[in-house]
Amino acid sequence: MVRLITHNLLACHAKGCTSNNFPLQFKDVQVELREAEFNPDFLRGFIPRLEWGALVDAARQLGDTSLPAEPPEMLDVEFLQKLHHVLLEVHVEEGAMICPNCNHVYPISNGIPNMLLAEHEIG
Amino acid sequence: MIPTPDLSHLTKKDYEHVYEPAEDTFILLDGLEEDAGKLRSAHPRICLEIGSGSGCVSSFVGSILGASTTLYLTTDINFHACRCTRQTGHQNKIPIDAVNASLAAPLMRRLRHAVDVLIFNPPYVPTYSDEADDAQLRADIPGAWAGGKDGMQITDVLLDQVEDLLSPVGRFYLVAVKQNDVPAIRRRMLDIYGLQSEVVLQRRAGGEHLYVIRFTR
Repeated sequence: MVRLITHNLLACHAKGCTSNNFPLQFKDVQVELREAEFNPDFLRGFIPRLEWGALVDAARQLGDTSLPAEPPEMLDVEFLQKLHHVLLEVHVEEGAMICPNCNHVYPISNGIPNMLLAEHEIG
Repeated sequence: MIPTPDLSHLTKKDYEHVYEPAEDTFILLDGLEEDAGKLRSAHPRICLEIGSGSGCVSSFVGSILGASTTLYLTTDINFHACRCTRQTGHQNKIPIDAVNASLAAPLMRRLRHAVDVLIFNPPYVPTYSDEADDAQLRADIPGAWAGGKDGMQITDVLLDQVEDLLSPVGRFYLVAVKQNDVPAIRRRMLDIYGLQSEVVLQRRAGGEHLYVIRFTR
């Protein structure tokens, strides 16, 4: 599953591509929404591990503008529910992710991102 | 007693391309179950399994920790394995995000010192070096067992990344066999990376002397 929580953790790792290699940009995506169990403690604990700007940007690419540009100081339930939906319920099933630096294309098929590199591309 | 994950959705055809859980898988499940209390009380946020194969192990960890408490990430070089891992998660009501990748390659930048539970049941069987390289390239079942020199060719690469990946409270579970030289692995992780280790379980099964080793800071 390429959920936005996972997208937020993937970077381009092609040979020599070490800066501006995150976040990957979505292209031609098909999205499915699937309900997930809401767990406020998990979300609160995960926020420090997110690159917030990258998450907001990725959500916007998928047409979701519910998140604020900065995480709020008060993590109320209303905000956590929005975050829950964006992070855990939006599944990119088909399409691709493209490196903003070297333009390497990582295809997504059946919800699985293909992050493999050819032998000559491995750093 | 935590039940073994339901794998009834996987077919003979799946096992033509994906390693079927065997004694090495089961000793890892037993080792994780032994640590269940410690795993729960650490409140892990990110669990990463390298080489998830059928998805049996991550689903099992999911049933220890709970479906919504932790992000279950897996990698495998074998696309079929990623597909099975995802299905096995679904079958057992554990959301698993399967990534088709070699070791932790695309995650190294973002998961630096962020993985709370790292798991690797590597290709540990000693083979010719070329055989292990070829198996990794072909990304099929031999990639799940052909380990090259001393069975350590693939494990060696990951061992040098473990310290980079583990969070301050991180735990790394590794499956090994006697021929891998378990004391040398443990000494090396302590001397180079300062990681403590303990043999959680060991047993002889089907001609193999299997170990589950746990590494912590």
